[in-house]
Amino acid sequence: MNSSLKRFVKGNLTLRGIALFYIGLLIILPVIAITTEAFKGGIPNLWKQITLPQALFSLKFTFIIALIMLVINIITGTATAWVLVRYDFPLKKTINALIDIPFAIPTVVTGMMLVVLCGPRSLIGEFFGKHGIEIIYNKPGIILALIFVTFPFVVRSVQPVLIEMERDMEEAAQTLGASKFKVFFHIVLPTILPSILTGAALSFSRALGEFGSIVIVAGNIPMKTQVASVYIYGEIESANIQSGLGTAVVLLLSSFIVLIFLNFIQRWSNKYGK
Amino acid sequence: MENKTNCVEVVRKQKQAGKWVLISFVLLWFFVLIIFPLIGIVRETFKNAISVITSSLSSTASTHAFWLTILITFVAVVINTIFGTIMAIVFAKQNFKGKLFLESLIDLPFAVSPIVAGFMFVILFGPGGWIGSWFYSMNIKIIYALPGMIIATLFVTLPFVAKEIIPVLREFGIEQDEAALILGASQWQIFWKVTLPSIRWGLAYGVTLTIARSIGEFGAVLVVSGSIINKTQTATLRIHDQFTDLNYAGAFSAALILALISFIILNLIQYAQKRKKRI
Repeated sequence: MNSSLKRFVKGNLTLRGIALFYIGLLIILPVIAITTEAFKGGIPNLWKQITLPQALFSLKFTFIIALIMLVINIITGTATAWVLVRYDFPLKKTINALIDIPFAIPTVVTGMMLVVLCGPRSLIGEFFGKHGIEIIYNKPGIILALIFVTFPFVVRSVQPVLIEMERDMEEAAQTLGASKFKVFFHIVLPTILPSILTGAALSFSRALGEFGSIVIVAGNIPMKTQVASVYIYGEIESANIQSGLGTAVVLLLSSFIVLIFLNFIQRWSNKYGK
Repeated sequence: MENKTNCVEVVRKQKQAGKWVLISFVLLWFFVLIIFPLIGIVRETFKNAISVITSSLSSTASTHAFWLTILITFVAVVINTIFGTIMAIVFAKQNFKGKLFLESLIDLPFAVSPIVAGFMFVILFGPGGWIGSWFYSMNIKIIYALPGMIIATLFVTLPFVAKEIIPVLREFGIEQDEAALILGASQWQIFWKVTLPSIRWGLAYGVTLTIARSIGEFGAVLVVSGSIINKTQTATLRIHDQFTDLNYAGAFSAALILALISFIILNLIQYAQKRKKRI
């Protein structure tokens, strides 16, 4: 008995060692390596790389379009989850199944689909082109690509909460004469807010880093339609490692901030949600 | 009394109207965003003659690219299933200092840009990197070669299996493990007879997600591979290459195949998810 317990503890330690080794090799070490490399030339130099006009533009541009995507996705994602949970209508099951398509389709293919659909040669593209609006190779195309690739996040994080939510409070408010909007904003929204924020944070971090669909859709003109990840790729390709590193470190830092934010929401909803 | 029923009636009618406005809005959004693009890609592919499609799909470069994608996906799935399960067991059943921090680190691959991911590995495993220089001195190339592409794919798919199993294991508890242990089972036996049966559908779900992501990965693999035709070009890299070369027949037919594969995987995912919920 004693020896089998000893073996058990030893086995546990071995497993822990393997897990730590894997995380260390694939996550911790690469992060440390890129950060060390970025800070090698000193902080002033790193700052200079980040604030190069092209780099700074790409970062600002990335954050702005990600924010636009976020607003659209929070509204449409919550609406979609609501409709899928609360209403019955034809094709509901199919639509529910197809929501995840953006996760399954390779991002390059996403980009090409949007070019086919809205590019200058397409019906939609021609129509908007006549009115002087360029979708593909310009900002609307990038936002469209981001909305597509991040669409499932908010839906899939709000949906389960809506399914489990008790409806007696809503019904009580309604019989007492509260309007639909009042019921939604005072009763439903507070309950699903943590899940909306979780979905939003996930889609925001995805949008900040998105590359495959954007590189095809954006035209990637520096200082006009070049996002941060495309800028970094260009710098790596032309062997300007240092200037790529500055932007990469900023993106990496944003990812960490999103992770911390996600942990915070989780703790917050565990505390007050029950 | 009558007044009250009237009130309920009005509320119900309002609700009905609002309901259909919302439903049609969501349906419209859904069709514009997901269905139309899918139809578009099918149409664009079949604008070309079938012979053009088949010849471009059966070219050496294309078949090589597809085989490479299959190989990388296979290796990534095997390795990440093993390590993902180990990580899940450790985080769900053990307690140690820094566990919370490490567990949230597992999510990093989801939050980080694939380009930044690729960049990290170029720096760590490149000829001048801490690990890379050591391998280069033994004449083993990692970046711009297969090992680097596998490592990049491992990174972007690292969380899937672990994240799917951890909650299942937590819910399952450790009582049965303890019982088995007291009855004299070895750890290996506990894993096969107690742990595995409880996590198998969560595992299946994680594996399908890993497959989908490995097949579709583009940015990270692009940075570490250099996208050399017939050498380090995967299916997605090949599609991108053909698309930028204006070879639309090749690009769209290959894209359609990947889209079809994704669709099949999506169905598998949904199946695994349903089974997972049932157990």
